[in-house]
Amino acid sequence: MEYRIVVLVKQVPDTHNISGDVMKEDGTINRSVLPAIFNPEDLNALEMALEIKDRAPKTKITAMTMGPPSAAEILRQCLYRGVDDVYLLSDIKFAGSDTWATAYTLGAAIKKLVPDVNLIFAGRQAIDGDTAQVGPQVAEKSGVNQVTYVEEVLKLEPDALIVKRLIEGGIEEAKVALPALLTVMDTANRPRPPEVRRMMKYKNAVSRLDFDKVLKTHLEYKDEKALESAMKKKKLLIPVVCADELEVDLRKLGLFGSPTKVKKIENVVLKKEETIELTPDSQGAEKLISDLRRAKILG
Amino acid sequence: MVFIEQEEGRIKDVSFELLTKAGELASELKERVSAFVMGEGISSLTEEIASYGADVVYIAEDPELKHYRTLPYFHAAKQVIREENPQIVLFGATLIGRDLAPHVASYFYTGLTADCTELQIGEEKMLYQIRPAFGGNIRATIVTPDYAPQMATVREGVMKMGAPKKGRKAEVKKVKIKIPAEAAALTQVLHHERKEKTINLKGAEIIVAGGMGLGSAEGFAMVKELAKVLGAEVGATRAAIDAGWTEADRQIGQTGTTVRPKLYFAVGISGAIQHRAGMEESFKIVAVNTDPEAPIFDIADYKIVGDYKTVLPELIAAYKKLQK
Repeated sequence: MEYRIVVLVKQVPDTHNISGDVMKEDGTINRSVLPAIFNPEDLNALEMALEIKDRAPKTKITAMTMGPPSAAEILRQCLYRGVDDVYLLSDIKFAGSDTWATAYTLGAAIKKLVPDVNLIFAGRQAIDGDTAQVGPQVAEKSGVNQVTYVEEVLKLEPDALIVKRLIEGGIEEAKVALPALLTVMDTANRPRPPEVRRMMKYKNAVSRLDFDKVLKTHLEYKDEKALESAMKKKKLLIPVVCADELEVDLRKLGLFGSPTKVKKIENVVLKKEETIELTPDSQGAEKLISDLRRAKILG
Repeated sequence: MVFIEQEEGRIKDVSFELLTKAGELASELKERVSAFVMGEGISSLTEEIASYGADVVYIAEDPELKHYRTLPYFHAAKQVIREENPQIVLFGATLIGRDLAPHVASYFYTGLTADCTELQIGEEKMLYQIRPAFGGNIRATIVTPDYAPQMATVREGVMKMGAPKKGRKAEVKKVKIKIPAEAAALTQVLHHERKEKTINLKGAEIIVAGGMGLGSAEGFAMVKELAKVLGAEVGATRAAIDAGWTEADRQIGQTGTTVRPKLYFAVGISGAIQHRAGMEESFKIVAVNTDPEAPIFDIADYKIVGDYKTVLPELIAAYKKLQK
């Protein structure tokens, strides 16, 4: 048995570790102080794909991300863990995409770059937006079966998987015909660490968008062209895909193609008008209880 | 139009909350409220749906719709939305709503805003979809100006549920749906297991919640003790659950349950925005914390700076004393 897998991954600001200086005085976000990380549930999705490859070794896995040049870092992370190849979808025309435009772009890229795909994996949601929409929307765009909140792959069959998935208040086992898109929960598995041998090999993997940085520190390459052919030879070139290479309607990309628009952003300031401070002793406790009883909140 | 979520003939609260909200929006727009419900053997539900404010109820019954599966439900939803052509479609931000709504929005090339906490009619009769973003640090107003329908999901417990009007009538439209055999065969539910929920945070009038400031499982036990004395439900922050002090179903906050009890005790909870997002609508908030600068005090009605190990026993003693 073998599968052709695409794993969709995203680089996100680490919103779970927000400190005081993230919000600027004017209420906007200071993104530069937030570290960029591999979206946690995408690592669970990657792990689930790798486990399938462990069980069906002829399986081929492609990792794909849409993002700025710096997103190449999470593709390297995928290579360290065992994917076969990667693609960085990066183009100013993709900037400002909402979930619809993102799914449209990813769907077009999968169709063009991995036409024989039969399994697409994505994390349930990304921590910067928490929408959980891109996975299902890629399923619709790709015209494949959709199964969300997957906890475990119980059985592999040539044209189907049997999976355990989360439902409200319980679990469900389902037989899922392929091709299909699965979104994976953080509780599904414990993502494996990078493999040291692969890390040594791929730490220098680079996309052409970062060639200028490499040239500054590596004098052995005459110019970008020389660097590109050297990287290609060593299989360390991260391919960059831009809008012109995809069969897409340019009007449906990026901010322009996104049906949703941000009307207003406000800083959240929560402040009670009046807070009554009580002493941490029996006097304070009795005042509180009698206040609450008088207000008929306590019986 | 509201997607009515039902399981085994029981309608989810969030669907009634959405019908109530849809009624407000529709009266501002001078439009009608429609609802659609799918499943098997559910024709008795239309009266209840009407009583919460639907003017038209679309009902799709088919054996293929017994258990939720994305593609059969998608085909049914697509057909109903086409027939009604609504300006707005609302879904509960439940596991099912968050699976179905994006698939539908993708198909219709329209916008979808997840987990809205507020919906208003704004300029040019646009639906203002307001949601927390960026870990709750900002509030974003999202609009879908040039695409239709405008779609949003809303978390359970965030909108208020109106009182049902018994005997209120709605036009019932039975929809003969066409689910392609191919789509119906794609996913087969083999086994379905649901546990009855024993924890009812949403329905609780009083909640006593604990956070990392409690320091240990023994500390958390004191929170449970206060809850028991007050007849309250026990809640927790994500960190306290990750520490293993109580069950995951007790999590309150952005990734847990949203609650609005009459009385909320926050004990040893610093008040991270993710937690506050799930409880700030509580009627009265009492916060106990050793750190006088803890952000939880910004939203507290009663502030007690002190060690919970002395404060909680004092509260229990005071309650018992004053009850006599």
